[in-house]
Amino acid sequence: MQDSMKSLQAAQHFNRRQFVKGGGIGLGALALKAMQTNAASADSHASPAKAKRVIYMFQSGAPSQLETFDYKPNLVDIQKTELPDSVRMGQRLTGMTSGQKSFPIAPSKFKFQQHGQSGAWISDLLPYTSQVADDLCIINSMKTEAINHDPAITFCQTGFQLAGRPSIGAWVAYGLGSANENLPAYVVMVSRGTGRAAGQPLYDRLWGSGFLPGKHQGVKLRSGKDPVLYLENPNGCTTQLRREMLDDLASLNQIRSRQVGDPEIQTRISQYELAFRMQSSVPELTDISEEPEHVLEMYGEDVRKPGTYARNCLLARRMAEQGVRFIQLFHMGWDQHNDLPDHMSKQCKDTDQASAALVKDLKQRGLLDDTLLIWGGEFGRTVYCQGQFTDTTYGRDHHPKNFSIWLAGGGIKPGLTYGKTDDFSYNVTENPVEVFDLNATILHQLGLDHEKLTWRFQGRDYRLTDVHGRVLTDLLG
Amino acid sequence: MNRLLFYLICLTCLISQTVFAQENIQFSNQIRPILADHCYACHGPDAATREGGLRLDDKASAFKPADSGAIPIVPGDPAASEIIKRIHASDEDELMPPPAAKKPLSTQQIQLLERWIAAGAPWEEHWAFKPAQRPDLPTPQKVDWVKNPIDHFVLQRLEEQGLTPSPEASKTTLIRRVYLDLIGLPPTANQVDAFINDEDPLAYEKLVNQLLASPSYGEHMATFWLDAARFADTNGYQNDFRRSMWLWRDWVIKAFNHNLPYNEFTIQQLAGDMLPNATIEQQIASGFNRNHRSNTEGGSINEEWLVENVVDRVETTATVFLGLTMGCARCHDHKYDPISQREFYQFFSYFYNVDEQGVYTERRGNAGPTVAVPTPELQTRVAETREKLQLAKRDLEAKQQALQQSQENWSSQLLASARMKTDWPAQVFCFPVEANGVENEPPIPWDRWKSNTFGKSAEITSTADGFANLGTAFNFDAAQEFTLSAWVRPTQFGAIISRMDESNDYRGFDVLIMPNGRINVHLIHQWPKNATKVTTKIPIQKNQWTHVVVTNRAPGRAKDIQVYLNGHSVACSIDSDSLTGSTLTDHPTWLGFRAKTNRFAGLIGPVKVWDTTFSPEWVQQLFQKALADRIDLEDLAESYRQEIQQLYFYSQTLDELNQVKALEQETKRLQREFPTTMVMKERTQPRQAYVLDRGQYDRPDKTQPVTAGLPALFKSNRQPRNRLELARWLVDGENPLTARVAVNHWWSRYFGIGLLETPENFGVQSPVPSHPLLLDWLATELVRTEWDVKDMQRLIVTSATYRQSSMATPEAFSEDPQNRNLARGPRFRLPAESIRDNALFISGLLTQRVGGPSIKPYQPAGLWAELAGGAGEPPYQQAKNDDLYRRSLYIYRKRTVPHPTMTTFDGGGRDVCAVSRDRTNTPLQALALMNDATYVEAARALATEVVKAAADHDERLKIAFRRATCRWPLSSELAVLESAYRKYQQHFAESPHSAEAILQIGQWHANSNISNVDLAAYSMVCSLILNLDEVITKE
Repeated sequence: MQDSMKSLQAAQHFNRRQFVKGGGIGLGALALKAMQTNAASADSHASPAKAKRVIYMFQSGAPSQLETFDYKPNLVDIQKTELPDSVRMGQRLTGMTSGQKSFPIAPSKFKFQQHGQSGAWISDLLPYTSQVADDLCIINSMKTEAINHDPAITFCQTGFQLAGRPSIGAWVAYGLGSANENLPAYVVMVSRGTGRAAGQPLYDRLWGSGFLPGKHQGVKLRSGKDPVLYLENPNGCTTQLRREMLDDLASLNQIRSRQVGDPEIQTRISQYELAFRMQSSVPELTDISEEPEHVLEMYGEDVRKPGTYARNCLLARRMAEQGVRFIQLFHMGWDQHNDLPDHMSKQCKDTDQASAALVKDLKQRGLLDDTLLIWGGEFGRTVYCQGQFTDTTYGRDHHPKNFSIWLAGGGIKPGLTYGKTDDFSYNVTENPVEVFDLNATILHQLGLDHEKLTWRFQGRDYRLTDVHGRVLTDLLG
Repeated sequence: MNRLLFYLICLTCLISQTVFAQENIQFSNQIRPILADHCYACHGPDAATREGGLRLDDKASAFKPADSGAIPIVPGDPAASEIIKRIHASDEDELMPPPAAKKPLSTQQIQLLERWIAAGAPWEEHWAFKPAQRPDLPTPQKVDWVKNPIDHFVLQRLEEQGLTPSPEASKTTLIRRVYLDLIGLPPTANQVDAFINDEDPLAYEKLVNQLLASPSYGEHMATFWLDAARFADTNGYQNDFRRSMWLWRDWVIKAFNHNLPYNEFTIQQLAGDMLPNATIEQQIASGFNRNHRSNTEGGSINEEWLVENVVDRVETTATVFLGLTMGCARCHDHKYDPISQREFYQFFSYFYNVDEQGVYTERRGNAGPTVAVPTPELQTRVAETREKLQLAKRDLEAKQQALQQSQENWSSQLLASARMKTDWPAQVFCFPVEANGVENEPPIPWDRWKSNTFGKSAEITSTADGFANLGTAFNFDAAQEFTLSAWVRPTQFGAIISRMDESNDYRGFDVLIMPNGRINVHLIHQWPKNATKVTTKIPIQKNQWTHVVVTNRAPGRAKDIQVYLNGHSVACSIDSDSLTGSTLTDHPTWLGFRAKTNRFAGLIGPVKVWDTTFSPEWVQQLFQKALADRIDLEDLAESYRQEIQQLYFYSQTLDELNQVKALEQETKRLQREFPTTMVMKERTQPRQAYVLDRGQYDRPDKTQPVTAGLPALFKSNRQPRNRLELARWLVDGENPLTARVAVNHWWSRYFGIGLLETPENFGVQSPVPSHPLLLDWLATELVRTEWDVKDMQRLIVTSATYRQSSMATPEAFSEDPQNRNLARGPRFRLPAESIRDNALFISGLLTQRVGGPSIKPYQPAGLWAELAGGAGEPPYQQAKNDDLYRRSLYIYRKRTVPHPTMTTFDGGGRDVCAVSRDRTNTPLQALALMNDATYVEAARALATEVVKAAADHDERLKIAFRRATCRWPLSSELAVLESAYRKYQQHFAESPHSAEAILQIGQWHANSNISNVDLAAYSMVCSLILNLDEVITKE
């Protein structure tokens, strides 16, 4: 263990100065040795990595648990009655409903059915997800600390409500490096939902590296002609001309290197070479023209349109095949303060088929076993109605005390519905799961000990899970 | 665990005691780091988690019996020391550190602890918490190398390590280095030549002084300060709305350029607003602590974000000025440094009293408190306007005086001028009295007709039947000319007259006084697509008579309508101008009413209509005639006469009055254009701060109210009671940290790493400085020179240490990759801003203009829209003209979507305070330098310049290379450039459209007399040059 701690410190030190030759691999390997839980250690939870990569489908804006996975049949009988104070228990409310005089109970407009062998309750809004019910581990007892979008999504991503800390993908990139030297270790894709035109915005820092070296930050893959910023040569500069220019650049840099002796120049040369390789590897990744028709059909019509959630799901699978460590999708528009039935239907239509297709596609390729999938948002929504409440429409405010997500693959028990909430879906009554626990578990499945994956900053060893987090052993297959 | 402290174990301790007793072990460097890392979590400053009553961060506690009675450390006797016994315990419950903490000690660490205790356990207070003592200058051997005191310390360490300094860098390298370091830009070829040819032994010192006097110096110094101050152009949360803090940024630039001493610099930024008679500049400076992000997300809780704002100020202030990680004590006592949670909230109190809210829901722009400051241009315009206003007022007074003096004969004058026109056309309508004296059928009861100033008036009330229905009294089509005149004295604004069928798309016309007193005229065929609507730009007043005239020069389009008030034409805004159809309607004509929402109340005097368009002169005459007709009456009541006199005077001075009013409005409008900036301002009623349980805003511990105060670690005799006193205390020269932290920041700028590697943390967990005595000497020197910032920069860059060559053997680089020994000069990649500025400068594109609002350079399309989807700000609008090429410190900083090349080159996110930056080396950087329009365009501009500068091909390549590196290329380098050019030229010759295409990138267009193919080839060579490691590196 001492050696591993030392090599971690050495990795951190080394890190500050140089990007290791040959791309992201070297550092990852160094840090990896230091942090892998399967190194000889007293840790009773030590286990080899179950997942080689993660695909995190972040549903930004916070989907309602009441219309997706947390089935509350009894609410219909008490609809429009006041939420009892004994349930609310003085829980803080957002400024949007704290002035509301009444908190009428709004049951889901959508029906639920049980699916698969496991009999998981899933709403009719998610017909495709229902088909893969037996592959999912649904958690209905997620909790968070924040009640507004910015702090809540920042908390999910970094373990802290305020900006400044590294994101989970950056931690993984730091811990494991990339398995493909021609692609970044952490890739992000964003899409905009049709359920809410002016959805909650996203921020670059959500995939930022905080105080970790900048190279660990997520690279956002865009849907336009430059999937990675500045990837494409300027008009008029062919690949051949670029190759020649790079050879000339290397010659000149080598001449200088011989004079000044600084190894940084060699690193620079290799980074230019990596850039050149990315110029072909990234377009290959995003070119789906070779995908067979039945695969495209599985993801749905949207997959044919760049920039959609469905396309991003397909690209996520392609990246998983290529060894990208941490792939994160952000789908905007889940913030149904009003018109929930209409808007939520649209959001589900955007995402349901492709999310399920990703599970199936990975499974049929044998990749689901070592790919951890996560589907979820930053908090839940209130059982009581916000704003207009009629027979056809209602809205829900932010609710941090419980929400639903699902996991799949990557060594997680399939066909499990975990955690319970009270009759109002307002408080967790069994097996609460904190965001820290989820993040600890994600790291654990990747073979990283969340207590040992640290970075010293301001004299302190920081972790993704701060001083919290426990691995959810109940969920491990 | 803490119950069981008396156990006898471990013979090894006895052995070590005897063997190592004589050793010299340094507590600070060797022992404290072990204790801090492995023990403080339970035996450190945090009282809440402290076990067994033992503190190992405190000498008194460590040497006296703990709760158990055992003595943790017995100097000279490891075997008797409880900590050693426990380190060797075989029972897991006894073992220290406890296995569950996962912080086991290594064998070497254990031995070190034993040897230290055996040696008497010498203890030192943490160096950074003790005042810096000015050390004597060391006396190294190779004194002829020494140029200033810095070198004594550096050389001493080199000689101790058996190393020798590197030779001085070449003049070419040195001038480029010092330019890039002091002003962030490279020298021109001429400047390089001049320096090389300057034989003066003090040529370098002269150069340094010139650079320190350059306005670019302040810009470059400010660049780093903006990171520390988390300066940005948006508020940073959720929708990330724009804010305006550039006045503060410009203050920083100015402060550096004017060499504001660091103590003043500190005081003004932390508490400029509280200085006695604070100047506007000092208030602007206080915006330092308003630069933090501020939440505008709907539904956020005010109290929560009020606390977060203050915590940010505490963390930033502590980091930037004290190098302390005070934020660690927010939720519990600090784990390593002696800062309790209570002390955190005492410090918090200094910043808790700002007159602000925690949440400004959906606020666009600055949130209070703010100050408004005119730009020089606006200042001039305001001054000019004020001057005009003075003149206009004088004119008005003169005219009024003249009128007063004509007291006796004003009426005869009026009569004379009013009688000049006699050929009035016949009226088509007159109300209430026809021209021939026959009274019309009264549409409202006679008792509501009052004889009044201008004859009979109808008293209109706002009740349902309060208006006058004139029936079909008159009608006209907009296609025909007309003039309508009415006297009104409103008590409530509404329709003067209308003939409009609202149920038929509002067909008809009206003259309507809007709630703000401005007059609308509608001529409508079909609202809104076939109608004319104009509105006067000035209002009329309530409770005063006004003569309103509307004329229509057919066919009733906006330009045909003119409104006159009291005989003077007034300007109108055009709201609708699409009338083509008829305005005729069967709807009756109403006086004082159109719809329920616009009922007029007050008096409407004579209303007259003509089927011709009066000229402005006629309208003036009409007005005067109305006055004259009345004063001509023998029996006119005196009060009416006076009212008429006032109106006459008023109308005679209306031009002057309007002029005054217009200029007053202009002044106000200009003032509203003044840019504002957020500042600090104390509330009159102080907020009471409490210790917050677990740091949570909604859990104040009411049993623990706190007042502003310093942590006890400073052992300060005087307790600053407020923010201003705190700021003064920071720079009083007694405080052990401020000066050390400041010089360390600057040092890291030049050498790439601070003397203390962690500029953000001078606490117990910080590593040992590379040159502790030098750090202390520089700190005392800063105080001695009365905090002279330029002096300190000069001192550093004129040292022999700084002037060393950065070339070294690969072995030297691998032995000391971070150059901690300073056996060579600094060599590292330029900061993000300098990389762009350097390329723009080399290519001749850079615009050098200091200050002003931030600018938006090239940025790939769609970046903002992708994430924010238009929330918060309109789409990215690229700067125009030479603003595109301004220095990078002026780049618009949108926090949630930072400019991509700033991020790629580690340019800081500006979400929170940062006092150091990474220097990564990544493929994304390579892609940006090769493909970003900024650099492709710069390469073309550089190519154009060198083509212009020389006719000879070789010469061109050499000049391009020299502009970028300051040196001439070696023959081997020139050979590469040569062959590169030939290949590129051939490529473009074979594909001329490629040449065309690459020359089109960017806004700047080359004007060159060579062919596109050749220019494209030169551009590609220049791009190659701009991508050289050397060009983006300070050597």
